[in-house]
Amino acid sequence: MDVLYFAWVRERIGHPKDKVETGAATVRELVAELRAREARYEAAFADLDALRVAVDQELADFDAPLAGVREVAFFPPMTGG
Amino acid sequence: MQEAAFDLGAEVNGFAARQSGMGAVVSFTGIVRDIATGLEAMQIEHYPGMTEKALAGIAKEAQARWSLGDVLVIHRHGALRPDEMIMMVATSSPHRTDAFQAAEFLMDYLKSRAPFWKKEVTRDGADWVDARDADEDALSRW
Repeated sequence: MDVLYFAWVRERIGHPKDKVETGAATVRELVAELRAREARYEAAFADLDALRVAVDQELADFDAPLAGVREVAFFPPMTGG
Repeated sequence: MQEAAFDLGAEVNGFAARQSGMGAVVSFTGIVRDIATGLEAMQIEHYPGMTEKALAGIAKEAQARWSLGDVLVIHRHGALRPDEMIMMVATSSPHRTDAFQAAEFLMDYLKSRAPFWKKEVTRDGADWVDARDADEDALSRW
């Protein structure tokens, strides 16, 4: 699946996208896998309250299931308008 | 979604001209505001694909809640200078109340439910704009 990062999440991780092979059942499990990768991932995901997640381009929560999902994105609260 | 500037007058006139039987057109425009530390640029990042879906979803919700003719949303991305226009919404309705309320609803949702992020660039560096609690609270009135 594609994992995308935006705004400061992208900056902390250092690139906008990872292709991930994962058996994670939920977003929360995927986050745990990503955090275990490297310090910069740990830094980006240190505070989940500061993050929002979209699953296949729809806002979701961290307990959302990942079965059949093609794209997950992590970003800070949005500031449009 | 576009990087280029838009002509507010032409957009609103064109929008109004496309309506029929609508007694009211309301438009709102967001403009890059200077800040105390001196803003050099406002960088707007978005999530291509999701942005369009989120905006269409918000517009559809507005159509379901109010009696509207049409809805127009233009939002720019990339680097913008102070006093440049960031975005606009326009709504049309047989009567003004629906057009005004729908425009406010669109703005409230667009601020915290469409995937845009603003970064302020000043001489001292660049910082991501934090989401405001007031913007999140504004959603509860709908």
